[in-house]
Amino acid sequence: MVILSAAKNDKHPVRMTTNLEALYQEVILDHNRKPRNFREMENADRHINGRNPLCGDEVTVYVKLDGDRVADVSFKGQGCAVSKSSASLMTAAVKGKSVEETMRLFARFHDMITGKLSDVEREQMGSLAALGGVSRFPLRVKCASLAWHALKSALQQGPAEVSTDLEGPPLTEGA
Amino acid sequence: MKSQRKSVPPPPAAPAATVPQAAPPAATTSRETMPRTPRIEPKTHRSDFPILATRQDLHYLDSAATSQKPKVVLDAIRAYYENDNANPHRGAYDLSARATQKYLDARERVADFLGVIDTPTLIFTRGTTEALNLVATAWGRTHVRKGDEIVVTAMEHHANFVPWQQLAIQAHAKLRICELTPDGRIDVGMLTKLLGSKTKVVAFSHVSNALGTINPVADIVELVRTKAPHAIAVVDGAQAAPHLRVRIEELGVDFYAFSGHKMLGPMGVGGLVGRRALLEEMPPYQMGGDMIEFVGDDRTTWNVLPHKFEAGTPNVADAVGLAAACDYLDGIGMDQVRAHEVQLVANMLVRLAAVNGVRTYGPADLESRSGVVSFTVDGIHPHDLSTVLDQAGVCIRAGHHCAQPLMRRLDVPATARASVYVYNDTSDVDALIAGIERAKALFGT
Repeated sequence: MVILSAAKNDKHPVRMTTNLEALYQEVILDHNRKPRNFREMENADRHINGRNPLCGDEVTVYVKLDGDRVADVSFKGQGCAVSKSSASLMTAAVKGKSVEETMRLFARFHDMITGKLSDVEREQMGSLAALGGVSRFPLRVKCASLAWHALKSALQQGPAEVSTDLEGPPLTEGA
Repeated sequence: MKSQRKSVPPPPAAPAATVPQAAPPAATTSRETMPRTPRIEPKTHRSDFPILATRQDLHYLDSAATSQKPKVVLDAIRAYYENDNANPHRGAYDLSARATQKYLDARERVADFLGVIDTPTLIFTRGTTEALNLVATAWGRTHVRKGDEIVVTAMEHHANFVPWQQLAIQAHAKLRICELTPDGRIDVGMLTKLLGSKTKVVAFSHVSNALGTINPVADIVELVRTKAPHAIAVVDGAQAAPHLRVRIEELGVDFYAFSGHKMLGPMGVGGLVGRRALLEEMPPYQMGGDMIEFVGDDRTTWNVLPHKFEAGTPNVADAVGLAAACDYLDGIGMDQVRAHEVQLVANMLVRLAAVNGVRTYGPADLESRSGVVSFTVDGIHPHDLSTVLDQAGVCIRAGHHCAQPLMRRLDVPATARASVYVYNDTSDVDALIAGIERAKALFGT
């Protein structure tokens, strides 16, 4: 992997550099600083509050549908870099997709952050691949999936409040 | 970021009253320029803790969540199971008598450690949470009526907040929350106004788990007696018993709860100390074996204290472990424990203040704070900071610290919290500061 070779000359231990850089890639840091679609949506069909009881983070996901398509999606809230960038990348990735495509993408995304995809499969995830590093941090799976759980509830007429406790105990997830 | 543990003469015993500013720095090999604060090394305490002794690069700064356990505690638990284990209070045979005696001795030892002379008024529980629920249930449900008032503070851990909130809802009583001063102390002026003849409970922490504030318990209790003659004073001592020399009977409280696992003891044991008259007139909390005197078909009479509140087979082994922890702490001396923590916190506060964008919470003067430092770093969420620090072996807590009412008032979703104990030294602070700098570099703040 490219990251491993880049770490060789770093004065910090390899383990630290590789894992941290895999998690906090430039794309993640960029979306954390400048989240896309970070706004309330007045004419949303649904908005769902997602909570991460572990850290108290909250995100509200707004969805506007056009028939079976996600016409617009946005979010507001506060959270760590992982949850914020994941929400931001999600909104960009699902806009224009059908509900079914979106749900398939979430399943795939969840497989990626829990370490179930190969390197090749991960690269096929497009911009979402930036969150692949989460698979090395099982404790952060809940952060990366928070907005997705809210979106899923919005699209499937689920409850207006969701919690990442749906993920189960953190250490049963992924590697 | 490697730790540099060296043996250096022990710290002076007297706690520093203010943050030391101009002490000469000890020799350091770090590439960074250290602020001019003294280096603090524990004598040999770290090596007494197997989990730390075998992992020299582990920087455990989360003792406010749970402490590590010295070998003597682990050995005591093992020795109990290897030599003395039977069900106490029951078997008419020597081994059971030995188990009973061990349990009795453990209670005596813990009572002595906490300044409790009337030993049977120390009820063993699973910990602080169970102890506070015991009071809220057994005393609360029989004494708190419609229109009564329960006073808690905005700095309470959920364990000393939710049981009272729910009691208030159930009894149609009113929960009143005493706010804090800007530097994170109980607003005594507001408390004075909240107390009255309707007040039935005043529940507050001895030391805040999220801010580190040490509250003036005796003064507050005196205020309660004057302004709220019908109220009981309930104190959450989970963060005090491990770090301060606590004499419960001298504090004048009605109930005092503590946890063993935060004071070098095992998880699953802690206690409630209560005023004898109150404990005797309260109904039991849980029903079952051991807590009964005589069980008829239609009615049952209760055993004497402490057994009335200890239904079922007691947790003897962990009580024995906790007693060993008390021995260990007294071996160091609680004044030394406190002095050590004051110096470490002084060091930590000075060095955190030197980092751009770091904000700390709680009282500024060291005499009013324990070994807990809550802080935030501008532009970096505590959860992200915790992940970065974890990669360097630095364990801190990031989150709401089971104190969501407090977080709302601080207007932050979460803070980072570093907390120290007998096994920490300046190298742990070095690693913390280096980790924060690394996170700042990573996040470009």
